[in-house]
Amino acid sequence: MRPFDRHTGKAVAIDLANIDTDQIIPKQFLKRIERTGYGQFLFNDWRFNADGSAREDFPLNDPAYKNASILIAGANFGCGSSREHAPWSILDHGFRAVIAPSFADIFHNNSLKNGLLPITLPEDAVARLTAASKQPNGLEISIDLEEQSVRGENFDERFEINEFAKYSLLNGLDDIGLTLKNAADIERFEQDSVPSYRFAAF
Amino acid sequence: MRTLYDKIWDAHMVRQEEGKPALLYIDLHLIHEVTSPQAFEGLRINGRKLRRPDLTFATVDHAIPTIGRNLPFNDPIAWKQVETLRENCRDFGVRLYDMDRKEQGIVHVFGPEQGLTQPGFTVVCGDSHTSTHGAFGALAFGIGTSEVEHVFATQTLPQTKAKNLLIDVKGDLSFGVTAKDLILAIINKIGTSGGTGCVIEYAGDAIKNLSMEGRMTVCNMTIEGGARAGLIAPDETTFEYLKGRTFAPKGDDWERAVEYWRTLPTDDGAAFDRTVEIDAASLAPFVTWGTSPEMSAMITDRVPDAPPPGRDANSFAKALEYMGLEPSQPIEQISIDRAFIGSCTNSRIEDLREAARIAKGHKVAGNVNAMVVPGSMQIKEQAEAEGLAEIFTDAGFEWRDAGCSMCLAMNEDILSEGERCASTSNRNFEGRQGRGGRTHLVSPSMAAAAAIAGHFVDVRNWEFRS
Repeated sequence: MRPFDRHTGKAVAIDLANIDTDQIIPKQFLKRIERTGYGQFLFNDWRFNADGSAREDFPLNDPAYKNASILIAGANFGCGSSREHAPWSILDHGFRAVIAPSFADIFHNNSLKNGLLPITLPEDAVARLTAASKQPNGLEISIDLEEQSVRGENFDERFEINEFAKYSLLNGLDDIGLTLKNAADIERFEQDSVPSYRFAAF
Repeated sequence: MRTLYDKIWDAHMVRQEEGKPALLYIDLHLIHEVTSPQAFEGLRINGRKLRRPDLTFATVDHAIPTIGRNLPFNDPIAWKQVETLRENCRDFGVRLYDMDRKEQGIVHVFGPEQGLTQPGFTVVCGDSHTSTHGAFGALAFGIGTSEVEHVFATQTLPQTKAKNLLIDVKGDLSFGVTAKDLILAIINKIGTSGGTGCVIEYAGDAIKNLSMEGRMTVCNMTIEGGARAGLIAPDETTFEYLKGRTFAPKGDDWERAVEYWRTLPTDDGAAFDRTVEIDAASLAPFVTWGTSPEMSAMITDRVPDAPPPGRDANSFAKALEYMGLEPSQPIEQISIDRAFIGSCTNSRIEDLREAARIAKGHKVAGNVNAMVVPGSMQIKEQAEAEGLAEIFTDAGFEWRDAGCSMCLAMNEDILSEGERCASTSNRNFEGRQGRGGRTHLVSPSMAAAAAIAGHFVDVRNWEFRS
């Protein structure tokens, strides 16, 4: 996993609650068997008309937000399907963090596994960032994971993150490698405990 | 005193270290073509083995055609994905229930039908509707592809314990009101993030009185309420359903299993972090009007003229615009172009019986295209034997082969721009069933009735024909 420690970048806001993974990456792009190359499909139906032309009213198409690397959104971001293609497409498009008042559980989890930092801030703080991002000069934000801070002009907030997730992100650790270090525990569980599948006719 | 969730959690604890997520053992891993290829690739790149192929089962469902299973598909990319699953299952020794098998079906229909899903299990799958399996009193939740790879390599998952949320459904559902209406009502009440961070246990008389099919419908849409897993205590209905199924315990093992399963229900007096009460008797059939499953109303009601309290105003306005609806429009006056009866929410034999009762002796409205997609080839066969297929085709419904079909429209079953659909599926998100398509979530009987009337109608006043 790509580590995350500090990041400074331009922010862009999509001011809607319940942005679901079908919007983040529509299903027609889930047939590929690769893990990469999904950035071009990010928010496809909101970004592009059916004929492939760009929709000017969508923030990601606004030249003012070109190269934005921090996404700001409404509550319950990433609800819906478990497709990991959602964080893959956000990362591949060039984003390193998403800031929202809340996240759907599976998306939150999938993001952490890929080095995309989901930052939960109070509703009013997200509203202030959203408003600031729409000012003519835009908004530059600095994120420091070690100190769990989000800073911008007239803005300084702390965010909560699970200690272990933070440690893994800072070090870019591979979960599987960590778990396999405890393979003996798994073996012991399979042999000594009474697994729930013991009666099944598998 | 522990809840059902607490008990399953404790029984699967491999390792718990201070400040770290617990390592939980996984009893059953179901896979399909869409979310597994990158996980298999990860194993290969790192030279890792699939630890327990004997606890891993595969089927194909998401992107396969539901008509003319002539191979290869019209869609070469979808075909490659299915071929990749075949190759991966061969290489890693996973049992695959492919398109030539009568067991093949939507992964969340297939698992329970084959008796793979059993009380007290932990069940995972790279699909958010894995919550379906909670109907058996199994802790079942959807995972991402990185987690699929983790389960492949270790048969475990690092997990942080969720909160216990009890949804207590008091009283009984009245005639014409189904499990689908109940779960839509629950989501309407708690909102799409109401269950975030929680595992939901559904209890109360209305839940106890549901069949396994109805319980699966309720647990299926748990994720639409924000919770990754929903649970229902196993009881005689559960045991009755499981007995004799292919992978269910046999002989003495059956007796021992039932004895164990009886210890699983939540202890009297066990504490929940939160309780929500629902009055079942007050519910009518539900129809969603917006682009989120929480945006719904009873059939006797109207499209709201303002966002419900606490719900996002921007999303409300955008939803009405996308759906092409007016504030205060009566739900019964919404006309449809398409009807879809299928998906892991509502494609089981009981769902098809319910829809066929409505369809019998009627005809689909002239301007409506309606299709029925059974959840598995086994259900298809059973429905044909029971005469349901004939009722549907006589009424003008298309009768298809098993798959996810127009629930997520990855194959050719897709809405055109602006088309409006009465759908028994689980998500009414923008573009879910096709770009510009407008989805209204309903029960199987409500979808069948809308197909025939050409607009939504209250099935409680339906003219049944024989």
